Amino acid sequence: MRLADSGKTLGRKLSSALGDSLLAATIAFALFSLVLGLRTVDSATGLALEPRPALLATVVAIVFFGRLALNLFVWQTDYPLTRPFAKLFTLEPFETRDEVTLALAFALGVLGVAAGVLFQETLYGLLGTLMLAFIGIGLLRRAIVRTFPNLPYTQVFVAGGILFALFFPIVSYALESAFNLGLPLRYWFDLSILILTYVMLGWGLNIVVGLAGLLDLGYVAFYAVGAYTFALLATHFGLGFWIGLPIAGAAAALWGIILGFPVLRLRGDYLAIVTLAFGEIVRIILLNWTEVTGGPNGIAGIPKPTFFGLPFSPFAEGTTFSGFFGIHYDGLHALIFLYYVILVLALVTNLVTLRLRRLPVGRAWEAMREDEIACRSLGINTTLTKLSAFATGAMFGGLAGCFFATRQGFVSPESFTFIESAIILAIVVLGGMGSQLGVAIAAIVMVGGFEALRHTAGLQAIFGQEFDPALYRMLLFGLAMVAIMIWRPRGLVSSRAPTISLGDASAISGDLVRQGRG
Amino acid sequence: MAYFLQQLINGVTLGSIYGLIAIGYTMVYGIVGMINFAHGDVFMVGAFIALIAFLALTAIGITAVPLALLLVLIIAMILTAVWGWTVERVAYRPLRESFRLAPLITAIGMSIVLQNFIQIAQGARVKPLQPVVTGGYELFQQGSFSVIVSNIQILIVTTTVLVMGGFWLLINRTALGRSQRACEQDRLMAALSGVDVDRTISLTFVLGAGLAAVAGLLYLLYYGVIDFFIGFVVGIKAFTAAVFGGIGSIPGAMLGGLIIGLIETFWSAYFTIEYKDVAAFSMLAIVLIFFPTGLLGRPEVEKV
Repeated sequence: MRLADSGKTLGRKLSSALGDSLLAATIAFALFSLVLGLRTVDSATGLALEPRPALLATVVAIVFFGRLALNLFVWQTDYPLTRPFAKLFTLEPFETRDEVTLALAFALGVLGVAAGVLFQETLYGLLGTLMLAFIGIGLLRRAIVRTFPNLPYTQVFVAGGILFALFFPIVSYALESAFNLGLPLRYWFDLSILILTYVMLGWGLNIVVGLAGLLDLGYVAFYAVGAYTFALLATHFGLGFWIGLPIAGAAAALWGIILGFPVLRLRGDYLAIVTLAFGEIVRIILLNWTEVTGGPNGIAGIPKPTFFGLPFSPFAEGTTFSGFFGIHYDGLHALIFLYYVILVLALVTNLVTLRLRRLPVGRAWEAMREDEIACRSLGINTTLTKLSAFATGAMFGGLAGCFFATRQGFVSPESFTFIESAIILAIVVLGGMGSQLGVAIAAIVMVGGFEALRHTAGLQAIFGQEFDPALYRMLLFGLAMVAIMIWRPRGLVSSRAPTISLGDASAISGDLVRQGRG
Repeated sequence: MAYFLQQLINGVTLGSIYGLIAIGYTMVYGIVGMINFAHGDVFMVGAFIALIAFLALTAIGITAVPLALLLVLIIAMILTAVWGWTVERVAYRPLRESFRLAPLITAIGMSIVLQNFIQIAQGARVKPLQPVVTGGYELFQQGSFSVIVSNIQILIVTTTVLVMGGFWLLINRTALGRSQRACEQDRLMAALSGVDVDRTISLTFVLGAGLAAVAGLLYLLYYGVIDFFIGFVVGIKAFTAAVFGGIGSIPGAMLGGLIIGLIETFWSAYFTIEYKDVAAFSMLAIVLIFFPTGLLGRPEVEKV
């Protein structure tokens, strides 16, 4: 009886899976037939078309078989093939079939790595390594959580992260100079400075979006204001970074208030579009006001920060950083210093946010996010509350902008396009709005992942040597944004610790917090 | 006076294109309450599909302009509609019950994906098209300045009016339009009365993408050159138009489109062309100060 039943359902499953995959393939064909199957190329008589039937067929085939495999092994079975892998990251006990699947996957991974090593097949090697790493991390995590079930993991994680951030440059630099390991230190420091800049921007925007619940699509405007303020002050009046920093922050905050005024009455998406418009206005003005901003050429020659007045330069004995401390000059010193500047700036942003949340104004922000009307009826001045949120967020944006200007030594409107705002907002939302830790993780994942795509020996092995990773980077970035959001709609860190509570302050699900209503 | 009239004609033409795209934004906002950020890029994909379809038709020997344009219009509308449907299915439907910012982020992600996909598939260079519809009428002459309505401008405005008329009938006179309006008012109640909400929302995206494809074709014919980045600027302008008119209101989107087109054209004609976008955006901010929900928008009911 059961056998017959399952046989019948198997047939039905197969036919429905086939039908579904055929439908998907048809849609894929409709989508790609013109835009991928035909390529417009320049010719003597204007545009000509160059057919690419093989590419089109490949894409449609990938859609068909991919969908078929998903249907058969994941969506339409009683026990999806993905479950053992999901179980890896829980404490559920393994069944035999889980163990068999995982063992097979492990064997495949080993095979892949072996193929990579023996036959120089980069692709198989990469996939095998990824598979082994995935399983390894899962098993390790299980083992640790099982052995120490009561550790405060979040705190340990945060403390470890901060310690790592504090000591990573010093330790790696010391190791390098002691043993000459040939580490790509310059690249590491550049990348971590970039990530920390985005962490700071994310934390700054988090005040506006995550705490006050105001959707700001033009945050990059404040970043630009800060950067240009310092660039102009430095090039015209010769001000240094440490004097320029507070001025840039104040200028950005001022602009936050100026923008805040007209938008106070707006809600939700009206607010979003006005902030977006403001961001574009700032960029267009920077682009066209050539006499002051240099237009598309930007402003160059912005000085680097000094260490209590000591510049990081190889010249001028006694008055430079290396001369004063009597150490050998190294270009990396300046980079390490920049790293600590942005680390401190980012941590200050975080600290201020955490402290503000305990002050009346921070409480008012969160109350306003939850319910503006209730907030008003309790006597909170929502106008001032919104303004203060905008100004605070803008100030941190301006500080980050000032740092950006001094790090690059050059600013131009190209660095302040809408896509920057979108990336910062994505970092805040993907991190789980209102969660400081989540924002930091999201910045590392997004910016670091984006950067990792630059080194794409593996990707080149997949797509051939003419594959240009820079071209595909943004495409993959966009896909990752969509995928992460669908996978974790509440962001990577989706639990919230209440700011204030009676008795135990236990974390709640992010679903219970209203977010970004404007 | 003659100069003014000429700019008025240009402005209305540009405004028609914005209006067609703005409707896509406003319909989606009305029914699911989200900013479909990828809509501008769907418009861009529509323009590319129109361009390629046109070239393909020329290649197989269909060169009679009216027939070719009609075929291109139909192909572009259908294929772009498939794109609109797919974007909704992949990026928005899984997040239907999620919080408001989630679909906004996937929309921005989709926008990045579409832009870069077209850049990879078709190349980053601008794509020029020889003028297809040429000629025009001289209305009158004042001094040495003659006011000209070109055939392409007539085509754009006529097509827009026809498409809008058809669309109005669709929304107000058919069962589909009824369920669309029902979902817009109250999705839960509509579902309880037997409206297939998912299907209606999908159809809204399909309709919006279809209109965007019309706009894409018209844009291609008017400017004669497209690239993978046009979706962003035009999309933002169209979204501004939708907010201007009161987001969620279809006549408002059309009106907003016209106003944005006129502001932009007149500002470029009388002041500086560099700051035309600043003029449009500042106007938006000023209007929103006095009409916080746009010109024709319903005031938001605040409930505690």
